[in-house]
Amino acid sequence: MSTATTHDAHHEEHPSGLMRWVTTTNHKDIGTLYLLFSLLMFLVGGAMAMVIRAELFEPGLQFVEPQFFNSMTTMHALIMIFGAVMPAFVCLANWLIPMMIGAPDMALPRMNNWSFWILPFAFAILLSTLFMEGGAPAGGWTMYPPLVMQTGNAFPFLIFSVHLMGISSIMGAINVIVTIVNMRAPGMTMMKMPLFVWTWLITAYLLIATMPVLAGAVTMLLTDRFFDTSFFNAAGGGDPVMFQHIFWFFGHPEVYILILQAFGIVSQIIPTFARKPLFGYSSMVYATASIAFLSFIVWAHHMFTVGMPLTGELFFMYATMLIAVPTGVKVFNWVSTMWRGAMTFETPMLFAIGFVIMFTIGGFSGLMLAMAPVDFQYHDTYFVVAHFHYVLVTGAVFAIMGATYYWLPKWTGHMYNEKLGKLHFWLSTISVNVLFFPQHFLGLAGMPRRIPDYSVQFAGFNEISSIGGFAFGLTQLLFVYIVFKTIKGGEKATDQVWEGAHGLEWTLPSPPPYHSFSTAPEVK
Amino acid sequence: MLVTKTKRALTAAAGIAALFGATSAAAEYGLNLTTGVTPISREAYDLHMLILEVCIGIGVVVFGAMFISIIKHRKSRGVQPSQFHESTTVEILWTIIPFLILVGMAIPATKALVAMEDTSNADLSIKVTGYQWRWGYDYVDNGISFISSLATPKDQIYNKAKKDEHYLLEVDKPLVVPVNKKVRLLITANDVIHAWWVPALGMKKDAIPGYINEMWFKVEKAGTYRGQCAELCGKDHGFMPIVVVAKDEADYEKWVAEQKGEAKADEQAAQRTWSRDELMARGEKVYNSSCAACHQANGEGVPGAFPALKGGAVTTGPVAGHISLVLNGKPGTAMAAFANQLSDVELAAVVTYERNAWGNDTGDMVQPSDVKAAR
Amino acid sequence: MGEEVEQGKKRTLRQTLFIVGGMSLFVFALVPMYGLLCDLTGLNGKTRNEAQEVVDVSPDTSRTVTVEFLASVNESMPWDFRPVVARMTVHPGEVKQTSFLARNRTSTEMVGQAIPSVTPGLAALHFKKTECFCFTEQKFAAGEEREMPLIFMVDKDLPEHISTVTLAYTFFDKQKLVD
Repeated sequence: MSTATTHDAHHEEHPSGLMRWVTTTNHKDIGTLYLLFSLLMFLVGGAMAMVIRAELFEPGLQFVEPQFFNSMTTMHALIMIFGAVMPAFVCLANWLIPMMIGAPDMALPRMNNWSFWILPFAFAILLSTLFMEGGAPAGGWTMYPPLVMQTGNAFPFLIFSVHLMGISSIMGAINVIVTIVNMRAPGMTMMKMPLFVWTWLITAYLLIATMPVLAGAVTMLLTDRFFDTSFFNAAGGGDPVMFQHIFWFFGHPEVYILILQAFGIVSQIIPTFARKPLFGYSSMVYATASIAFLSFIVWAHHMFTVGMPLTGELFFMYATMLIAVPTGVKVFNWVSTMWRGAMTFETPMLFAIGFVIMFTIGGFSGLMLAMAPVDFQYHDTYFVVAHFHYVLVTGAVFAIMGATYYWLPKWTGHMYNEKLGKLHFWLSTISVNVLFFPQHFLGLAGMPRRIPDYSVQFAGFNEISSIGGFAFGLTQLLFVYIVFKTIKGGEKATDQVWEGAHGLEWTLPSPPPYHSFSTAPEVK
Repeated sequence: MLVTKTKRALTAAAGIAALFGATSAAAEYGLNLTTGVTPISREAYDLHMLILEVCIGIGVVVFGAMFISIIKHRKSRGVQPSQFHESTTVEILWTIIPFLILVGMAIPATKALVAMEDTSNADLSIKVTGYQWRWGYDYVDNGISFISSLATPKDQIYNKAKKDEHYLLEVDKPLVVPVNKKVRLLITANDVIHAWWVPALGMKKDAIPGYINEMWFKVEKAGTYRGQCAELCGKDHGFMPIVVVAKDEADYEKWVAEQKGEAKADEQAAQRTWSRDELMARGEKVYNSSCAACHQANGEGVPGAFPALKGGAVTTGPVAGHISLVLNGKPGTAMAAFANQLSDVELAAVVTYERNAWGNDTGDMVQPSDVKAAR
Repeated sequence: MGEEVEQGKKRTLRQTLFIVGGMSLFVFALVPMYGLLCDLTGLNGKTRNEAQEVVDVSPDTSRTVTVEFLASVNESMPWDFRPVVARMTVHPGEVKQTSFLARNRTSTEMVGQAIPSVTPGLAALHFKKTECFCFTEQKFAAGEEREMPLIFMVDKDLPEHISTVTLAYTFFDKQKLVD
């Protein structure tokens, strides 16, 4: 075990300036890089969403051509999922897991460096397709063949960038697993780990199990296009529907990869501001594990309309409905944690409560979508768009923002501006509901998703939705401002930061030393 | 306590459901799912309302408890936090109760699904083919066959003209079906995956190239029902609507007879020699519905994607090559073969139009008989 | 403790890499598994593209099934293709023959491959073809027109509730695939 003196010596070693960031193997530096990268991608993907909402503001084609519109929806999804939300969670993992389990750093620091530095290249490649002949990929982020085969020169670049994103996520996930399994402080048993660590551990296993599946599926697309294989080509004995099965075998666990850590974050925040221990810790762990398990056997509910046999439809319908049980347990636990607590409502708590309410709304529409006979009506309409944006924006993204407000004082040593934080929350919450709630009505009224223009009957709600969209987009600039202002300075944060905060990370100074725990703390 | 809460939840749910009910009467506001005009769509609607009500009920209970907590259990009111953090009984209860609710919902859902998948004993089979970006219909029994494409003029899409009531939901030739007959659709696609969906008929099915899918409906009320392609299929995915006209038995028979008569008339029309003006007028129509999506109404195409026909090598080159290209398409490109999509008259007209419009002025005239010979 | 932790890290790293490697292989194993699943369940109406032996040929005359034939060409391939009859009534267990007509409209030789698909999917398992033009590639000279036979049987264990079986063929341009 290293002593305090050697730790200090190490502290001075790292290079400064740009090279510090390129060569860094420090979990906090890498966490910061991930944070900045995901913030940048959030703005890029958000700009694309603004293009989409501008075009849909009223019926008729005003700003962009249909092909470019399809590129926007495709790129928006890829960037937000793989560029914004997933790296944001890896940022949190890097910053928090070593501090939460009492370790000096991540287990595999050099791999940590690679897994970050692959990402800028992956997204530079993806974004460069916007300028290629034939345009950026426009076949949807789901890349269904045969349509994806009509992509122009961008096609191999799309596949390659997806490969890179996959490699980066796998390396990040391996690092998380190795760290959590081996580097916990003495006394930190599995069932004493903070819930955020638990949810990340389970997610990391989902990642290493499913990212290779995505990589395999897109590799098959690549060989179908360039090497005369016929995995998905009916003429050669293949089946385009098989791609959908393989894709969603990855895709459904991926959905939970984007939300489980959010559950973990909320389970950290709510007890702090309710000043009361988390209700049902062990049932939370089991619920997370069962959601992860169920996520592997429900994939075909994304494709009820492809014409499966009745028994298949029934199986996937029942299995999907079952997910509501562990998810319900979580929501009930959060509410019980608040019950008879002594709550205060600082910005992180507001985001956590917003998460519980709006994620549950997304959960309800998810339950509705699970019912195959009605899904035939909902499928591929704006009802689905509303559903997954409630789950991913007011779910995952709200949790990430809550986490940022919650831990930023610890990371930077400065308090953020509480007034601005609250303003950011309320503006976001109001605008995001104006943005996505009307989309439920649009879907029910029959508006298909992924269309650049629509019938006049859908005009009113689209206009409202677009206004909400612009407001939500603008509000996020406030978030960027708050984050940078807090990094630069502000009121000094105490070590514990929040009155009700418990856990190892709050025992470290704010900001914490370069190597979190060079002496392992004792956990009782 | 629990009883009053449930009661409260139910009243609230009923209230909100009533709100939905009231608005669904004013369907043009489009707040809720359509009840539709088929047994299947009604079943889907009933299930939809059932789950919605259950969700609202659960929501009222859960959010209710949460808001009570937010209002009452706040530090500013000077409360001391309680420290309880588990209760096995409660945890088991809220695992089992949702499970039972789910079972309660699964039963009607299963029944509905079984009914929807039962395509047996249909009265009429129609093959539906998804093309980029139009629909083809072939009546298996009587040989009627046609292509149905968007009829909304480009001027409306590009905001140069006022949009119609059925903007983007109008086609040149709708699918016509008899009411109160079980119609079975056999769905496939020509190029990429599409999905056939008319909300009022209550069903959606993917059209997959090389594979055949089926669905059925029985329309109970004569009328016009509109829908759209529901699976991303490329550039003009948003521009391939579906219109179904359901007619009474007698009207339907009349329509079938008309179609057969028209086919005969077309054949006769193909025999005679057409005047230049006739060809140009018809050709412009065909061009706008079948060609303008890619080559543009002004014939200038889209650089890098779709070649210009204005002064193009093919349109000003030999006539035979031009006819052959339109008939058979160009493999490996987006240029489709129109032999099965357009009649001899339409092909002759459109080729003539392309050779003389936009200052191409070749002066060539192509007769239906020329096309027939080239087939 | 340091040594122990290093050992543990290596072990966990090996385990995770093993999972990643295993899943990378698994995804390719999904391809034959999917084929098997289709064969077993008729998932997606996939039907065998090879001759099947018919042993029991005693028809069940108490029951009739309607068989519908559909023909399509993919990507607007320049061939005419249609069934000679649109539908037939057959008894389960009865061996029947019909044919499809195809014509190559172009002035070049072309090779096509017909892909069969059956709906409802469950019926795919019980639809047996003993001779079919879909078993092999079909070469058509310029302008050639040809009638192609199909000999089939709907077997007797076709589930009771199925009264109509649709067999659809789609012709794919084989050269396009190679290009």
